[in-house]
This record gives sequence, structure tokens and C-alpha cells, in this order.
Amino acid sequence: MSIDLNQFHTVFFEESQEHIDTMEQLLMAMDLDDPDPEDLNSVFRAAHSIKGGSGIFGFSALGQITHVMENLLDQLRNGQRQLSNDLVDHFLGVIDCLRRILDQYRNGNEVDWSEVKAVSQGLEAVLNDATVEPEAGPTAVSGESGPVAENEAFGFFEPEEAEARPETDQTWGLFEEPASPVPAPSVETAAEGDAFGFFDEPAAPANTTAAPKPTAKPQHDKPKPKPASAESSTIRVGVDKVDSLINLVGELVITQSMLKVLGEDPDNLDTLKMTTVLGELERNTREIQESVMSIRMIPVSFVFNRFPRVVRDLASKMNKQVELVLEGTQTELDKGLIEKLVDPLTHLVRNSIDHGIESPEQRLAGGKPEKGTITISASQRGGSIIIAISDDGAGLNRQRILAKARENGLSVPDDLPDAEVWDLIFQPGFSTAEQVTDVSGRGVGMDVVRRNIQQLGGRIEISSTASVGSTFTIQLPLTLAIVDGMGVAVGGQTFIIPLVSIIESMQPPRANLKQLAGSDLLHVREEYWPLLPLHQVMDIEPRHSDPAEAIVVLIETSKRRYGLVVDELVGQQQVVIKSLEQHYKRVPGAAGATIMGDGSVALILDVESLADIVQEPVEETV
Amino acid sequence: MSDNQASTETEENQVARTDVREYLTFSLGEEHYALDIMAVKEIRGYEAVTRIANAPAFIKGVINLRGDIVPIVDLRLKFNVGEATYDEFTIVIVIQIHDRMVGIVVDGVSDVISLSREERRPPPEFGVAFDSRFLVGLAKVHDHMVILVNIEALITSQELGLVDVATQESPDVDS
Repeated sequence: MSIDLNQFHTVFFEESQEHIDTMEQLLMAMDLDDPDPEDLNSVFRAAHSIKGGSGIFGFSALGQITHVMENLLDQLRNGQRQLSNDLVDHFLGVIDCLRRILDQYRNGNEVDWSEVKAVSQGLEAVLNDATVEPEAGPTAVSGESGPVAENEAFGFFEPEEAEARPETDQTWGLFEEPASPVPAPSVETAAEGDAFGFFDEPAAPANTTAAPKPTAKPQHDKPKPKPASAESSTIRVGVDKVDSLINLVGELVITQSMLKVLGEDPDNLDTLKMTTVLGELERNTREIQESVMSIRMIPVSFVFNRFPRVVRDLASKMNKQVELVLEGTQTELDKGLIEKLVDPLTHLVRNSIDHGIESPEQRLAGGKPEKGTITISASQRGGSIIIAISDDGAGLNRQRILAKARENGLSVPDDLPDAEVWDLIFQPGFSTAEQVTDVSGRGVGMDVVRRNIQQLGGRIEISSTASVGSTFTIQLPLTLAIVDGMGVAVGGQTFIIPLVSIIESMQPPRANLKQLAGSDLLHVREEYWPLLPLHQVMDIEPRHSDPAEAIVVLIETSKRRYGLVVDELVGQQQVVIKSLEQHYKRVPGAAGATIMGDGSVALILDVESLADIVQEPVEETV
Repeated sequence: MSDNQASTETEENQVARTDVREYLTFSLGEEHYALDIMAVKEIRGYEAVTRIANAPAFIKGVINLRGDIVPIVDLRLKFNVGEATYDEFTIVIVIQIHDRMVGIVVDGVSDVISLSREERRPPPEFGVAFDSRFLVGLAKVHDHMVILVNIEALITSQELGLVDVATQESPDVDS
């Protein structure tokens, strides 16, 4: 009899992932002076569970590391050892390593045993230090047998060292200073850098270190895209959600059989009963729809929870003091959306730390508290989710952005409104960082961020005030599968416009229609809106070719605003997005299709790509 | 002796029978065609389609087939045979190839025929509307010729442009 072990593997990977996340979160939240024994126990249990599972399935690399970790945690638990900042850092490094190994196992890649060895030896070194006299720490370590370089690497973080110099310990940056002469810490830097795939560690001078460094890096670049797909293949759902769905389906079955009975005798149709049952069916359907959608929804804490780590690592790297505030972490969002949000959000958070928050000295000089604050909040507003990342830093530098824009060959007037200046940073190749740091400044960021968010059907906006701070607001649809749309008709064919992009619909007064260089403009809301006749795009014979008799739907996209000329409005409704590509291929100008109440197909317009067709209006010279 | 002969005959028959395939015959104008019945998902009447802007004329549009958005191709327009009229007798054959569905509009569906290997002749080089790439053979049924179409090659061909190039597959050559 053969048992498919793979199904258990998936469960193990998922659970281990959760345990690793738990450990990370608990460790970071831990009060160093007075750690909650219950939290320490939880960390211990998490390590223990991973160890147990890995033993069963033969993932011995995980077992080896968690075993030593367990011993160390046990000492902490029993009060034999004091928790310190350095120790937490060390644990975090180990957790990153565990995560990498887990990915290697999950993707069926070769495990990097040299790294496993280095990490477990590093842990052991810390473990053995407890028996050593505090003052003798560094020398005792280097005197030990085994690979000396690695022992130094981790021996360096031992707790007593940190306590010995409390004055300099105002930031986590403690180990950065002595790091350069000593080759050892590069192991740590490498481990952290790889975890997020962002740091390109300038570790070149430290290359005298032991094996893990060169091997760890190339190997981590490769599996990066894969975990995402592995993650999205399964979903964990609360039993209550499944139960309620089963109840609803039960009701649906009853309603269906009632309808069947009614339909068996069409001559004596009890119309009143029929109406009641149909009403019931409608209610059932709606509830099932909501219930099914809620299965795909997970709280945003899924992404938010990784930010404390990002902020901590980066702040210490940049010698800044940053406090992270998370709000609305229970807001639920479609799983597919959440997974795709990780990268853009991480980028924005990193930007806020790097560009937004000033150094402690600058902040004090500016009359602000030493410690900067970054707030990440999520909230639901109607059919959209708003995620805002705000900092109380320096704000965007208008002059520098304008200068950079000119440098890049863009012609921008000096009196450009703020909002448009901020929009410039979404241009490709745009970075105003004065120097390229390993954190940011290469200018490959914001355009990608905006593109990713647009792909999710969302929008990003910036508001910023000099020396008060800046806020990046992301607006996303609740789910990818259903949109609120406005039905519009052109020459007998119906199209759906996503409601989020619509500002207003109107029958334009003839006096406000202007012609400019052959293209129609509509003057409304103190602006000139270029008009795009939908019948031209879709090659349909319209009912009204004169815009004054038609309806203009004012559309806002991330690129520009324009008015879409249609024959009439059909009405607002929720539509289910169906793929056109599944059986056909991409259709220009259409984001997908949907099925209307009468069973016919209507195309959902892709207002972003339609914006490209709009003729660029001549600058405000009208 | 005679016993022996009889048994060999049965064996031959068996070989022939195992290679019998069923085909759905349909007509385009005056010509008769047939396609592998395993590719046919269903046959339905022509109904109103939703037009797709800027698509070639032979792509009539898309329909809702129980929740799937399925494109409809009029082979009569594509290959310039017969007259593209649409009435209550116009037929759509819904083809399923791998996970893709496509509806093809034809003038009529006539029959399901079984053809053994020797009944399937090599395709003609000319004289049919279809490019010979999409033909797998020729068969004589009753008193007229039926042209066997490699529907998979046709549907996934670049010429029809139904599939984005990346997902194309090499045509499955029938022996």
C-alpha cells in the first residue's frame, strides 16, 4: 500500500510556515527585561512542533536547527539566560534561515547544508556561552574548537557584550559599527538581506567569512517567485464559514425541490407561492454568493504582520528610530489580492523609512520627537478597501522632484499642482534619493508599485506636506471576482464600466462642448475633458453621433481623466467577472466579460487601456 | 485449412475495428466535412452573439455557454464557402480542445459516421476550401466525398487567431 506522503507534506509546510511566523512575531513583541513566560513557551512550542514534524518527514535540516533552538529557548524559559536584543536578533536570523530551508524543501530544491551547519553551530556557540564568564566572552569563543570564523560570527552577539556598553546601544545599530573590521557579521547581514530579497548587501569586504555567504545568495534569488504560487494553491478556511455554506446549500436544495413541485403542474400555477419561492431562491443565491466570497477573504494582518520585522531591520540599518503602528488589521480582503499586495506594500514601507523618516538628529532639530512613526492602516469603504501608509517624516521634496523630472527630459512648469508633482515619482527611472543606498534610490520602484496596484484594479494616491509627512493611499476593490459596474449601451450593445473609475455621468450642455484640433472637449468641473466616443473604439453604429444628445461618463484613471461618450446608461449592478482568455484571447479595451440578467454577454471595459486611446489634450491653452 | 483462414480473417477484422473512429459530418455550402467526434462538446442552434470590436469578420463574437465565455467562429466566412446566413436552422458545433471551447458555425450537421483505417484516404492537395494543413484525410460516404478536418490544428492555428501565440500547440498529425 502506498500512501501519498505529499499531501502531508503540504500540511507540514503550511503549519511550519505558521509556526515560523508565530515565532517571529512573538520574539519581536517580547519585552526584553521581563519576557512573558507564556510567550516564551509559545515560541518554544512552535520550535518543538517544527522539530517533531520535520523528524517524521525526514526534513532533517529543519530538525537540526530547531533542536538547538529548543535548547536555547529552554534556558530562557527556565531563567538560566537573560533575553537580550542581540539574542532576539540572532533568533530572527535563524528564523530567516528556517524559512529559507522550508522553501527549499517545499520547492524540492537541494538544501544548503553549509548554511544549516553554520546556523546550528552559531546557535550552539550562543548556547555554550552561558557557561563562560561574561567578561571572557569573545576570547573564550575564539578559543573554541570548530570553524572559528563562524563561531566568531555568532559569538559576537552574545548577551553580555550588549550589556557591557549600554550607552551606545540607543539604536539596534550596535553591531553595525564594529562590524566592518570583523569579518563575522556578514553572515548575519546576508541572512537578513536574503530574507526579503531587497538588500543587496555590500558584503564584498567581508568575504573572508566562511562558506554560507556565497552560497546563500544566488540560491535565494531563484526560488523567490515560487513560494507565492505554492501559497496560493491552498487556503485555510474557518469551519464556521464552511458550516454556514453547507446550511445555505441545504436551503437551496429545499427551494429547488419546491420549485420543481410548482413547475410540475404549470396549468394550475399558484403565482403567489411561486413569487414567494422565487424570492427565497434569490435570497439563497445572494447568501451563498456572500458566503463563498467570504471564504476567499482573509484579514490583511496576513501581510501587515511582516512589517514589524521589515521596519525593525531597516531602521537599525539606517540608524533611524521608527515606531510602527498597525491599524485595522482585521479588515478582510481577497486572498489573491493580499498575496499580490505584499511586494508593493513592502516597497512603500521601505520608502517611508528610507526617504520619509529623517535621522534622529534631524528630527530633533526640526522639533519633532526623535522617534518617527509609520502608520499602516486598512479600512473598508463601500466596495473598496483603503490601505494607507503614512509617516511623519520630511514629506516629498517638491523642488527635487521637479529638478529630477527636468533632468529626465520631462517638461514641467514650475506652478504644477502638488498632486501632479507627486504623480511624477511614478515615472519609470525616477528616484530622488541623493545617493543610491542599498535600500532604495535606484528608481525602479514606484512605477512598478503603481503598475502592480493597477493590475489589481486599484489606485494609488499621494498626499504630502513638507516636514509634516506623507501618506500613500491605496484603494482596492474588495475582490477580484465581482465588481460594481455601470451598464452603458451603445448602438444596442451593452458594456460595463467599473464603478470605481466613474466620477459622474451627464448629458453635456451643448454650450460646454468645444472642438480643439479636431478632438472634442467637454468643459465641466472647471476642467476640459477629452471625449472618447465608445462607438468609435468598439466600431459600432451609435444611436447618437452628436455628443450633445448622448451621455458622457466622466472617467478617472491613473493616467488621465476623460469622458466616455455612450448612448445611454442601463443601470448600476454588480457583475461577476468572467475570463475572456479562457476560451478566447485578450480583447483590447476589455478587462473581461460578464453575463447579464438575460444570459447575454457584456464586455467589461478596461478604462485604463482606453485612456491610452484618448487624444492628449493640448495643455491648458484653451 | 478453412478453419485457419477464418481465424486470420477475424483477427484482421479486429485490427480494423480497433482503429475505427467516429466522425461528425457537417456541411459548409456544398462541401461535406467531418471532424473527430471526441472533440465535439455539443451541438446547438445559433443564437445572438456579443460582438467583439476589431476582431476579424469570421469571429462572430462570444456567447455565454453556461457561465463560460465562448467565441463563435463562422467557418463559412473564414473559408469563403456557402452563404453566411443566420436563421433558425443555423447550427453551432461547440468544440472542446484541451480546456478551450470554441463554437463553429456550419450550414448543417448531417450524421455520425464510423470510419476504419482503410476507409480513410489521404487528403486531396487542392480543391477544398481548407488549407491542406488542416486536413487529415478523405472518405467516401454513400455517394459523396467527406473531407476529414483536423479540428485541433484548425482551432489552434495562427490563421484563426483564436489563441494567443504562446499557448499554441503543434498540430496532432493523424496517421
